Amino acid sequence: MLYLDYAATTPPYPEVVEAVREVMVRFYGNPSSIHRIGMEAERLVIQSRETIAGILRVKPAELIFTSCGTESNNLAVKGAALAARNRGNHMITTPIEHASVSESVRQLESLGFRITVVPVDESGAVRLDKLEEALDAETVLVSVMHVNNEMGRIQPIADVARLLKAYPAALLHVDGVQSVGKLPFSPAELGIDLLSASAHKFRGPKGAGFLYCREGVRLEPLLAGGGQEGGSRSGTENVPLIVGMAKALRMATDRLDDAIERKRLFRAVLAEGIASIPELRLTGPTDGEGMAPHIVHLTFPGMKSEVVVHALERHGYFISTKSACSSGEEKPSGTLLAMGFDKPRAVSGLRISYPEDYTEDDARRFVTALRDVVAELRPMIRKSKQAGGSPR
Amino acid sequence: MKPDVVIARFGELTLKGRNRSRFEKRVLAQLQSLLANVPQLRFVPEFGRIYVELHGASAEPVAAALDKVFGLYSYSPAFVASLELEAIQEKAAAMFAALPQRPRTFKVAVRRANRAFPIDSQRMNELLGGYVLDHTPGLAVDVKSPETVLHVELRETRALLYTDVVEGTGGYPYGVSGKAMLMLSGGIDSPVAGWLAMRRGLEVEAVHFHSFPFTSERAKEKVADLARVLAQYSGGLKLHMVPFTELQTKVHEAYSGNLLVTVLRRAMLRITERLAEREKALAVVTGESLGQVASQTLPGLNASRRAVQLPILQPLIMTDKRDIIRMAQQIGTYPISILPYEDCCTLFVPPSPSTNPNMRVVEAIEHRMPWLPELIEQAAAGTETMTVTAQRQTDELAHLF
Repeated sequence: MLYLDYAATTPPYPEVVEAVREVMVRFYGNPSSIHRIGMEAERLVIQSRETIAGILRVKPAELIFTSCGTESNNLAVKGAALAARNRGNHMITTPIEHASVSESVRQLESLGFRITVVPVDESGAVRLDKLEEALDAETVLVSVMHVNNEMGRIQPIADVARLLKAYPAALLHVDGVQSVGKLPFSPAELGIDLLSASAHKFRGPKGAGFLYCREGVRLEPLLAGGGQEGGSRSGTENVPLIVGMAKALRMATDRLDDAIERKRLFRAVLAEGIASIPELRLTGPTDGEGMAPHIVHLTFPGMKSEVVVHALERHGYFISTKSACSSGEEKPSGTLLAMGFDKPRAVSGLRISYPEDYTEDDARRFVTALRDVVAELRPMIRKSKQAGGSPR
Repeated sequence: MKPDVVIARFGELTLKGRNRSRFEKRVLAQLQSLLANVPQLRFVPEFGRIYVELHGASAEPVAAALDKVFGLYSYSPAFVASLELEAIQEKAAAMFAALPQRPRTFKVAVRRANRAFPIDSQRMNELLGGYVLDHTPGLAVDVKSPETVLHVELRETRALLYTDVVEGTGGYPYGVSGKAMLMLSGGIDSPVAGWLAMRRGLEVEAVHFHSFPFTSERAKEKVADLARVLAQYSGGLKLHMVPFTELQTKVHEAYSGNLLVTVLRRAMLRITERLAEREKALAVVTGESLGQVASQTLPGLNASRRAVQLPILQPLIMTDKRDIIRMAQQIGTYPISILPYEDCCTLFVPPSPSTNPNMRVVEAIEHRMPWLPELIEQAAAGTETMTVTAQRQTDELAHLF
């Protein structure tokens, strides 16, 4: 069996599990307690913050610990927009954001914010020319994800940040849930004001995330209370999971260049294999240019993606349709429609995502299984006038 | 496009006399230790400057390290070209194409240190300026107030090109002026005073007074964190933790009038003087600022300074609070200083501490405490000393991270 759904969630590193266990047992104190037991727990939170800050090359005080990527996105989008209300009421986003961003944006719209959804091109990259047109003096927030969770396109964040330079009131939020621990970057150096991350995407525990919030950026807290996390996120700190998150990010980034190289090799085998099966269409260029190293996306026009997932499962391979959060519906993918895919392609998206320790042989075996499954399903392909006629 | 080298320049004042090579060696050693984790770097000292050859490493960590080294006048990330006109022209055009923000105007400033180079500076200015203009759309020359200056240095073996000249921290290399003891409370002022003393070339050792259980363990942690920030500029810092509980409670039992703060302050200075003798330091640095609190009025300062023989250096004595806060923010101590944990100075403070202590009265009070000198010796003897480094020490919990 081969688990190929790392973009949905990852198995935590065994060392992370051990660290979480040890902290749960030995350091149960509340970091806010003033005695030694509280102080020891607080030390761990401080050390975790310094570890992550060091990796991202930011200041420790710029990190807010949260419970997950969804919370980080909610806090970034709503917290920043609400805090900036007196400066303007316009915000910009893209049609390919994760639901925790797009739904937060929808909530803001109902509160009276004016929203512009800037289109993406056929590669899935945000249209910079349209973004530039959309920016105005009222714009307080631009939210663009770093790596798309569905098809793996890397967004031109540095270019977006450059456009925003002319609009000092406009903050840049980046959903980095699929890029932190996967790509080498520093939010500060890319010009990002707010960056969301989630521990379980980089082999940390579920239930922990963080938000980088550049010094000087104000957030309206969503959780009011005892004033933890500099007042931006009240609630007793989840010390064991925070430690586990720091350790996982450290481990994930220790040999990041090597990991990326290995994932690229894995990707190349998959891309070549998919290209050799006529029923399938790889999303994005075969050489992986502009795409995240850890995600491969393809479509199988005329075939319900769920069927492919279950057929592969019988062979021992676990892949995904769209993102896990929205699986189960036979609705076309909004992301793929936004890229100009026709309906038969947009309902047949499949995502394969993997760690660095899978080998090229693993990739070849998977391609063989994929070829077998396509052969099994070939008689059931639904013929459509549009099928296969989508723009590249 | 990544720079090839970072040029670090010494201040002109530091270049005088025999001190030069001592200063340069100190800076070089500090840089090497700050950048030990970037193995591909090479450090090449030359008259008045150090070249940090990047060999593929990025310039950011080098710039961050240079911002932590005293005695540097300025630095520039630079690109290298061979000593040929075409190579220099191409490199210059590529630099402009890669600038993060395209300037509208520029000029070229050529320095021909290598007299063997066949083209003179004036002609090089024209040849380079023309080439860059032709290859950069929307750019114009402005020799009076250009947005960007392209500096080109023609050296012995290569040409160096750069547009950024970043101001260095200034001052003198750490430690070249001797050693002083820094009285480090948990407040805003004393870490800034320490930083200014360090920038003037003083090696400092921090002294902190704690009164557990009247002050918390967190107050000690906070001071260690402040020392850790200062240690970024020195590589390491000794921190002396003085047990002050017994002296403080005994004094308070014997006297709790409005001169209590003055008496305690004098005791602290005496203890610090003992430690200075032991550590061979020749001054005491404090964060005092004239008039800021009761003990920092002129009579207050007079009463406390007379307790000891060593010179007391007060870098902030004439500085306004808001300027001190601004410096604390730049240095990075401010967010730590404003954490709420109290230090022993705020303990047992009389309702209205005297702003005009009378020396004779102070001495009379102390005279009625014959055990005081003994307690001062005990406090000095019981002092715990630790070495604080910029990175939190790897401890028994390191395996969790």
